[in-house]
Amino acid sequence: MELISLGIRSIFIDNMVFAYFLGMCSFLAVSKKVSTAIGLGAAVVFVLTVTVPVNWLLNEFVLKEGALSFLGETFATIDLTFLRFIMFIAIIAAMVQLVEMVVEKFAPALYGALGIFLPLIAVNCAILGGSLFMAQRDYTLAESVVYGFGSGTGFLLAMVALAAIREKLKYSNVPNGLKGLGITMLLTGLMGIAFMSFMGIDL
Amino acid sequence: MKFLRELLDKQKPLFHKGGKLENLYYLFEAGETFMFSPNHTNGIKGAQVKDAIDLKRMMITVVVAMIPCLLFGMYNTGHQHFLAVGETAGLWEDFGPKMLLGLQLVLPIVIVAYAAGGLVEAAFAVIRKHPINEGFLVTGMLIPLVVPASLPLWQVALATIFAVVIAKEVFGGTGMNILNVAMTARAFLYFAYPAQISGDQVWTYLGDKAPVDGFSGATALAVAYNAGVDGEQVSTALASHNSVLGDGLFSFVNLFVGWIPGSIGETSTLMALIGAAILIGTGVASWKIIVSGFAGAYLMGLIMNAFAVNEYMAMGPEYHLVMGGLAFGVVFMATDPVSASQTETGKWIYGLLIGVLTVIIRVTNPAYPEGIMLAVLLMNVFAPLIDFYVVKANKKRRLQRATV
Repeated sequence: MELISLGIRSIFIDNMVFAYFLGMCSFLAVSKKVSTAIGLGAAVVFVLTVTVPVNWLLNEFVLKEGALSFLGETFATIDLTFLRFIMFIAIIAAMVQLVEMVVEKFAPALYGALGIFLPLIAVNCAILGGSLFMAQRDYTLAESVVYGFGSGTGFLLAMVALAAIREKLKYSNVPNGLKGLGITMLLTGLMGIAFMSFMGIDL
Repeated sequence: MKFLRELLDKQKPLFHKGGKLENLYYLFEAGETFMFSPNHTNGIKGAQVKDAIDLKRMMITVVVAMIPCLLFGMYNTGHQHFLAVGETAGLWEDFGPKMLLGLQLVLPIVIVAYAAGGLVEAAFAVIRKHPINEGFLVTGMLIPLVVPASLPLWQVALATIFAVVIAKEVFGGTGMNILNVAMTARAFLYFAYPAQISGDQVWTYLGDKAPVDGFSGATALAVAYNAGVDGEQVSTALASHNSVLGDGLFSFVNLFVGWIPGSIGETSTLMALIGAAILIGTGVASWKIIVSGFAGAYLMGLIMNAFAVNEYMAMGPEYHLVMGGLAFGVVFMATDPVSASQTETGKWIYGLLIGVLTVIIRVTNPAYPEGIMLAVLLMNVFAPLIDFYVVKANKKRRLQRATV
């Protein structure tokens, strides 16, 4: 039950895009068509679901204060949390590479569909954000799996909704100065207002 | 009439190409077509539609459908004031003074909304060279109906300008917006100036008079939410609330007819239903959205009943339909033909989800006692996505049928 409510919370209430405004670059850049938005969104879901638990393991057994105590008494006081950023990023980049190779080997069709998006999301701040939130909020391993999947799904949902709106926007008469990214920024703000409907729900 | 026609014809060359005031052509055109039916015809190419209904008539129909809500709202504003200060008890006592007070409070809001929105619209029409549409007559009327009568006028003007510019004109004007313009205006007010549009103190206009002892200005939704928190049965809480103002202020009948505090035009489910009858009868609004909106709220109420953990969730689902602005929002806001789903299947899904989300927000979100505003906005955001998948499913089905 706890896990279900965490999942719902990470999709709607703590939405990566509209609650924290993370991952804006790919959110704005790759949302011109619904099909590509789904591709990138699926890649984000996949990578978040993998990297958050892996980073949890890293955090729990290497980085946290006292995490190294299994090596012996002298290591019990060592606190490596200052290495979090660089270690998390390294793990994410490595995982993305690994995932890319595995997908290329075993599912070439999916690899073709994801294309450039897979390497691109190694530098997506929503991915790093997911791992940092996990560390900050002291999730357990199961929670971090659910959280990774949920926040990825929230990102996918936001992105696909924006892409559908942008496909509809082709029929609008946007002023020249606002065409492209300008109107998308405004749209993101307006969508943020609509997503405010979930803020404050306590699950 | 003839005199007017001649006067307009005389001025016409001034505004046409090459005339002195050609930049202001669309202002002139708006004035002309407001008084005389336009005689635009298509060229040989393109679709030929032989029908009297155009955008202007459609929009005016919506304005007409809102008039019952507006008149009722005016009287109710006066009625609530007189009730709260203890000067009258009967519903139809002091009809004149109540109506007069309502007029004094509501008319300025309507005028300010029209003036502010109209100015922005005219400026954009001149600069961007697009015709002025009656669409803004609808927006300018909807905004006053969804705000409390005690709202400062400058906030009305600010919200109207924000909504017309950011939610409509940047997308190219009427028919191209993504979010409902009036709901955007209200959401803007709600997040920018919450003190004037939420809480217990704003819904009844008191003026400089003191309310009667024991008066509480809370809306039915707030009472129901608090009953859920306190573990009191909602129907008893509603029945006993504000008993200083006479018995049963929040009885089911009163909630349905609308003699309750709230935003100007949204209190009365009855008047919204009259508006719905006009809109459906003239074919302006989609009956599918209205029916599925109510059905969604009722169904979600039933589901809440089944899993009730507090008294608010156990409340009879029929109360959700009459409390707050659900009826007004579903009839006038959700059916906005621009921001709603365009496909017929999509309309069912869209309406249903609005009803469902409204009840979810009302019951589970302590930040917002009323959910219809954000539910409509959220579904506006997802309407294009619903359409996308409906169209896609349709394509797939037809492809299977095709034999090439």
